[in-house]
Parts: sequence; C-alpha cells; structure tokens
Amino acid sequence: MKQSLLLIVAHRLAILCYIVLALFPLFWLLKVSVTPNDLLYSEGVRMWPSRATFAHYSFVLRHSAFPTFFKNSLIVSGSTAVLVTGCASLSGYALSRFSFRAKYWIVALMLLTQMFPLVMLVAPIFKILSPLGLTNSLTGLVVVYTAFNVPFATFLMQSFFDGIPKELEEAAMIDGATKFTAFRQIILPLTLPGIAATLGFVFTAAWSELLFALMLINGNNAATFPVGLLTFVSKFSVDFGQMMAAGVLALIPAALFFLLIQRYLVQGLTAGAVKG
Amino acid sequence: MMIAAGTTKGLPVRKPWLTRLADASEPYLYSAPSLILIVAVMLVPLVIGISYAFRDIQLLNPFSGGFIGIEHFRALSQDAAFYGALKNTLWWTGASVLLQFFFGLILALLLDKPFWGRGLVQALVFLPWAVPSFLAGLNWAWLFNPVIGPIPHWLFGLGVMSQPGNILSDPQYAMWGPIVANVWWGIPFFAITLLAALQAIPRDLYEAASIDGANWFQRFCSITLPFLAPTIAITVLLRTVWISNFADLIVVMTGGGPADRTQIVASYIFTQAFKALDFGYASAIALVLLVLLLAYSMFIILLRQTLLNKD
Repeated sequence: MKQSLLLIVAHRLAILCYIVLALFPLFWLLKVSVTPNDLLYSEGVRMWPSRATFAHYSFVLRHSAFPTFFKNSLIVSGSTAVLVTGCASLSGYALSRFSFRAKYWIVALMLLTQMFPLVMLVAPIFKILSPLGLTNSLTGLVVVYTAFNVPFATFLMQSFFDGIPKELEEAAMIDGATKFTAFRQIILPLTLPGIAATLGFVFTAAWSELLFALMLINGNNAATFPVGLLTFVSKFSVDFGQMMAAGVLALIPAALFFLLIQRYLVQGLTAGAVKG
Repeated sequence: MMIAAGTTKGLPVRKPWLTRLADASEPYLYSAPSLILIVAVMLVPLVIGISYAFRDIQLLNPFSGGFIGIEHFRALSQDAAFYGALKNTLWWTGASVLLQFFFGLILALLLDKPFWGRGLVQALVFLPWAVPSFLAGLNWAWLFNPVIGPIPHWLFGLGVMSQPGNILSDPQYAMWGPIVANVWWGIPFFAITLLAALQAIPRDLYEAASIDGANWFQRFCSITLPFLAPTIAITVLLRTVWISNFADLIVVMTGGGPADRTQIVASYIFTQAFKALDFGYASAIALVLLVLLLAYSMFIILLRQTLLNKD
C-alpha cells in the first residue's frame, strides 16, 4: 500500500514537471509583454514584474502594422482552411468509398508529396508565380498553402469517412438518391466533427508557415504575421516588450484552434502517421 | 448494389454508355480538384526545380538561365559550407529525434492510465504543438538571451557558465539552442502518436500478466514494447525525414550562424535561394538532399524487410 502511494506521488510529480516545461516559455512571453520598459532590465529574472502594464499591447495595436499582418494571416489561413477542407473531403470520400484503377497511384502521389523537402520548391514556385503576378499577393500564398495541405487533409478526411458505415448511403440510394446527394445530405453532416478537426489542423499549419511567406512576400501590405514579426524583430530588436506582445497576439488564434481540435488530435495524428 | 441499380425484372440490362461513363469517372471527378492542385503546385515545380539544378539561374542576373550541366555539383563537391551543413544535419536530426522520442514516450506512459484531471493535463502538455514554429523559435531565442531571458542566469547560477552569455552566439554550443526548442516543440507529437498506440493495447493482457506475477518492468518489456514497436518504427522514420527538412527554427533563431555552426542542409538551401537568390545552386543542393533522403528511406525499408524475414 505504501509503495503504491509513493508511485502515485512520483507520477503526479513527473506530470507536474512536464506541465511546467510545456508552459514556462509561454509564461515568460506573457511576463515580458506586460513588464514596463524601465523594469525590464532591473528585474531580469523575477517571475513577475512588481508593476504590470498593457502599454506594449496598446502600442502594437495602435501604432504598428501588426493589425494588418493579423488580418492578412487571418485571410490566408481562413481561406486555405476552407479550400483545403473542401477539396480534401471530396478526394477523401473518393479514396474511402470507391475502388478505381488510379487509386493506388493517387495514394502514392500524395505520399510522395509528404516525403520530399518542401524547401526544394521555394525557388521554382517563386519563378512560376512571379510572371502570374502572384508573388507579393495573398492569393498566391493561399494557392500554395492549399496544395501543400491537401494530401495530409485527404488522408485525415478519408479516415473519418472510413468510420461511417457504408449502409447509410446505400439505404439512401435505394430510396432513389444519387451518390452525390447521399454524400452531401447524409455523409457530410455526419463528418462535421472531422471537418472541424481538418479546418483546425490546416488553419494552424497555414498560420505557422514561414519560409514560403518570407520568399513570396516583401513589403508590409501583404505580409503575414510570421513575416511581419520577423521583420519587426530584425528592425527594432530592442523593443522586447512590444515584440512579445505581438508574439502573444500571434499565439491566440493558434491556441483557440488547438482547444477546438485537441479532442481529435489522437485520431488525426494517428491517421497522418500511419498513412503519411 | 451497382447491379441492383441496372437490373429490371431480374435481368441485367446494359446501361446507356453515357451513364456508364459517368459512373466510371465519378471517383476521378471527386479527386480532380485535389489532384490538379498537387500536380500544378507541387509536382510541376518539383520537376522544374530538378531542371534548375543543371542550369545557371540567378534571380538578379538577367543573362543567367543557360544550361551548365553538372557545374553546380562540381562546385558543391568543393563547398566546405555544404559539408559542414551535412554534418550539422546529422547532429540536429539525431539529437532532436532521440530526445523528442525519449521524452514523448515517457509522457505517453504517464498519460496512459486514467487519473483525475487527465483531460486538462493533456490539453496543457500538448499545447506547445499548437505554438507556431516561428513563435517557438523566437520564444526560445528570447529565453536564451541574457538581457531578457532567465536561462543564462540559471546556468550561471549552477556554475555551468562562467558568465551569463548567449548560447546562440557561442560557436561550440549554439546548435543546442535550436535543438532544445525543437524538442520542446516536438514532444507532444511523439506523445500523442504513442499514446494512441498505447490505448489500442488490449487491457486484459496486462491483467493476465500481473496474475501470472509479472512485475511492471516485465510487463513493459513483453507487452508494451512489442505492441508499440511498429508505431515507433514508422513514427521515428517519418519524423527523421521531417526534422532533417525542418529549417524554420534555425532560420528564426540563428540564421545558420555563428560561423555556419548551426547551418543544416535545409536552411542552407533556403539561404541560397532567399539571400543569395541563386536558384540554380539552391536547387542543386536540394537535389542532393532529396537523393540522400531517398537513400535513407530505402535503407530503412530494406532493413525492415531483412529483420522481418529473419523471424
């Protein structure tokens, strides 16, 4: 009995270590973002400043280009998430419900796209998009991100469709519905949780993407949050409070979507790990 | 079911060819949007990128564009920065994958059995996964910064450092900065994947084993590990490829410096394309990286085949 109590205490302590490790960097981000500039250096390693302020946040929101970056990122990530989920639910449905000759090749192609280094595509994509006027534009970024995320999202949606019994749509088709009507009216509503999870995954991925945004965008007007933040860091590298306030703002949408999809993480990442 | 649709009075009736065509093309129509996107934005640029490796493409030089054969590869074979990057890639990938796997496995084992508040604990410990990679990089760069971060002062206090300095600008230890950030960021991925595999192990196996008197360690070795092995193998393989290509943290935290000590092949490709605007040379390095990764994957697959055949 005594030994098992000891085990429980050790287990809880280990869990506590992981929680502290996971949250400490984010806590520090928050702490510096509310520390007034005059206390930043004098109270370096204190866990909480003796005086907190929201001045950095109000400066970032009022006098910097961050609201624009935020809006751009929201447009890009939102459109990407919607487009990818649309395409992936169609192709995931095809992979889940049909057996057809090219299926093997489609799966192989999608697996291939998960294996090669995307950084290989930086130069050619720039060269292709540039004469089309799609560099330095949000549309270009949306197109690129959509293509990058479709394969994973397809496997994800396929695993959700696989979980829905075939008999449901067969019954509907016996009642005279076409396959597409059955898909739209019966299967899609049942996959709503899966669709929400896919939206969340893709939104987070597009929100974080850095290298292609750096390459394809220059100038503030079309900059997404990562590009804007990095430019800000290299230009004003002494305004730590403002940078971290901006960082906290960048964290908010990602964290919100994480809470939304956290329940599906185990299912989703398993599908991704097994198939791609 | 297809037969039922085309059958009247119990006899098979050939459907009109238009309907048959529509039926046959249906899955292709569903897949078309995704396929068009993948081919246009990934496959075509991949092929073009491979062709760039044999051409002289510099963005700022209007006279470039000619075919130069294997000139890039000849230059590459004498590029000391490239060999350094290759060595750094091994170091970066090996250390990151091992540490992520080790801490991820422990976390998954800790979360396996239900306990009060597990849902909340899961949400908290998996949170780093949701942090955008650029922000994770900046966040850790700031933590390592002696001006505003606590880590140098702690290391100084422990006597590890002679004075609170920035590890990211120390050529000898700089690589540890991005590795630590990567481990922090990647533990949830391994924990989630392994947790899913753990939950799939039938519980009665454990009961049977403990009735037979097996202790915790014996149960772990003879039940848990064999069940986890396939997941571990595939996750580590995929993660290795993924991490060796993952340049975000390095680009954000060190930019490859100091003195190229943290430059990995992926960040070197990006630097050549983004800073030097030398697309031809960048594509040549990328092609070498692609071949190396393919060789690695083939090696793992062959190794797996040999091991499976031996049993």
